[in-house]
Amino acid sequence: MATKKCCNGDGEREHYAALDEFIASCSKGRDALIPVLHRAQNIFGYLPVPVQQHVAAAMGLPVSEVYGVVSFYHYFTMQPRGRHTINVCLGTACYVRGAKKVVEALCDELKIRMGETTPDRRFSLMTQRCFGACGLAPVLMIDDDVHGRVTPRKIAAILARYE
Amino acid sequence: MTIELTIDRQPVSVPEDATILDAAKAAGIIIPTLCYMPDIASPGSCRVCLVEIEGARTLQPACVTKVAPGMVVRTNSKQAREARRLSVELLLANHPWDCNACVRNGQCELQDLAQTMGITDVRFPYAGEEVPLDTSTPALVRDMNKCILCRRCIGVCQDVQGVSTLAPRARGFDTVVGAGVGDNLCEAVCVQCGQCSAICPVGAIYEKDAIEDVWAALDNPKKHVVVQTAPAIRAALGECFGLEPGTCVTGKMVTALRRLGFDKVFDTNFTADLTIIEEGHELLTRLKKALVDKEPVALPMFTSCSPGWINYMEFFFPDLIPNLSSCKSPQQMFGALAKTYYAQKAGVDPADIVVVSVMPCTAKKFEAERPEMHGSGYQDVDYVLTTRELGRMIQEAGIDFMALPDGEQDTPMGMSTGAADIFANTGGVMEAALRTVYEVVTGRELPTEKLHVTPIHGLEGVKEAALTFENCVPDWKFLEGVTAKVAVAHGLANAQRVCDKVAKGEADYHFIEVMCCPGGCIGGGGQPRMTTNNVRNARIKAIYAEDEGRPMRKSHTNPAIEEIYRDFLGEPLGEISHRLLHTHYEKKESSLTPATQAK
Repeated sequence: MATKKCCNGDGEREHYAALDEFIASCSKGRDALIPVLHRAQNIFGYLPVPVQQHVAAAMGLPVSEVYGVVSFYHYFTMQPRGRHTINVCLGTACYVRGAKKVVEALCDELKIRMGETTPDRRFSLMTQRCFGACGLAPVLMIDDDVHGRVTPRKIAAILARYE
Repeated sequence: MTIELTIDRQPVSVPEDATILDAAKAAGIIIPTLCYMPDIASPGSCRVCLVEIEGARTLQPACVTKVAPGMVVRTNSKQAREARRLSVELLLANHPWDCNACVRNGQCELQDLAQTMGITDVRFPYAGEEVPLDTSTPALVRDMNKCILCRRCIGVCQDVQGVSTLAPRARGFDTVVGAGVGDNLCEAVCVQCGQCSAICPVGAIYEKDAIEDVWAALDNPKKHVVVQTAPAIRAALGECFGLEPGTCVTGKMVTALRRLGFDKVFDTNFTADLTIIEEGHELLTRLKKALVDKEPVALPMFTSCSPGWINYMEFFFPDLIPNLSSCKSPQQMFGALAKTYYAQKAGVDPADIVVVSVMPCTAKKFEAERPEMHGSGYQDVDYVLTTRELGRMIQEAGIDFMALPDGEQDTPMGMSTGAADIFANTGGVMEAALRTVYEVVTGRELPTEKLHVTPIHGLEGVKEAALTFENCVPDWKFLEGVTAKVAVAHGLANAQRVCDKVAKGEADYHFIEVMCCPGGCIGGGGQPRMTTNNVRNARIKAIYAEDEGRPMRKSHTNPAIEEIYRDFLGEPLGEISHRLLHTHYEKKESSLTPATQAK
């Protein structure tokens, strides 16, 4: 089977070897599925279908069930993360101060939906609940930088700072 | 131990493993259900069967709550009624309201529930977003707009069939029943058995309808349209017209088909008899190779009549493909012969012949479209209708089924024996084969009561029998004293158990019958709904009664079979047979490789 390249082609074999080692250390059966998927996402950065198939085959589980679990939990992602992660706060204070409009503006600007990554892998767009910077609402973070009092108009200028 | 409890002020005593639903039923109380399935572990997900239990903090689903001593249950209190009604209202809020144009109109369990609960007004507007239909397979259509997430289909796909194509995905309002990891069923590891379509309470999964194509062929005066009906149809078609399960309607079925306009009403039973001759000789040839010639040969041999089972082997056990009989299924043998043997005999141009099958099965639709099924030079079987579709055609044509006189199938391809009838149910193909093989080898009739092999009757998942050949005729002297060991499995989860054993070299069987669906074809994915074990047993009983009522009950005694070998095929496993009646199988490469099942 042609396996899709994950994050980097050269390290892929090592990635799968590391994953197999972890699976071997787990208890048999479906109980270990979530820890295995956590580890797989740590190793590969995300959970593309070939990785899910590998997990299913190695654990003797139907691939449909693995896919069901991956798609159920927001923590798991089937998309590779971008170079920069945008987290928009949707806590109460930010929400009432227009965070939803900020999200809409980001989606328009990046032409992606919440939870997705731009095709050029520059940005991934996520939401969070309260960074504890309510005084600056609405707030977003890009990687470790906090941007406060964001309005849809400011979005383009903020994004321009990240390559 | 029995448990005493009170339901709606009535004392009830039931076995200790009973659920509240069972107990209520015993007391003559109907609790509405939706996700509940008889004979299969209920997912308990729909909340339509909520009841009040004295002392319990919340209402409990009756279908998965076990009874307890002294329990006091109220099924029709205000709280229980309102909660159940709310559950149904919320389901309706996520289900389109185009009931009049739905394939399940009038046969929809959600519709029935809304009616039972007296829902005339729904407080919540329909809130779904339209998603496209999945029409990617020849067998099934999935309309996820209609899905109410009851998870019955997942239960049969995972637990009964062990295929696990279907699983829930995503969460909350976005939850859908997904197939494999892709968007379309054709990309998933699906055997197309259609058990999901037979158990779906609404119009979310159903057979891909061939009715319009069949009408078009019947309406075309240039076409010579012949029909074959699988052995299992006659024991179930009556249910489409309100008859009790287990009512055999062979004669009415034949008349109905004639009135629909088919030029010839033939019978898949004819090629079931032919299958016994070909497959029986194939088995004996393999045994000879193994025992006399000491050649490497794949044993045990598996039957190959069930296309869902063939798909399963090609996906899950490709290493065992050499063990599959090379015989085509009776449906495909019929198609290949209708456009060669029959065309010659009747003087009809095979290009003008349209072969329609009526099958209890959705996978047969897939099988008819397999590219290798062109032995006649044309697509051997043109259209496949399920039992349900034939029921709808008869209804649409305005035929009063109950008032029909009995008819008889046309010759020669409508002539058959009781051995062919029992192809309909689990254990039947094996019994039919043993009736012929034993007689070929020993020159004597199978020495069992009424020619039945009772150890392989019934709904046990895997059944076994052994038969010793004694006083063999000279040609088969090498089988003297040999005990033939056979196994029968139905439902793919059971088949998997047998395949695992064979793959590990732990099985000493010679011959194994597998039918994809539980109960065999009488419980096929294209049969009238709902098929429970009671219904399966009733249909099987009807089939054995049909068999016992026949003047001929052994395939090799069918004069039409003698005739076709004399006039056309020559000999079993001969050159023409190989071209028209046998096939090959291939490992199925899926971009979405199956992982084997968990259990």
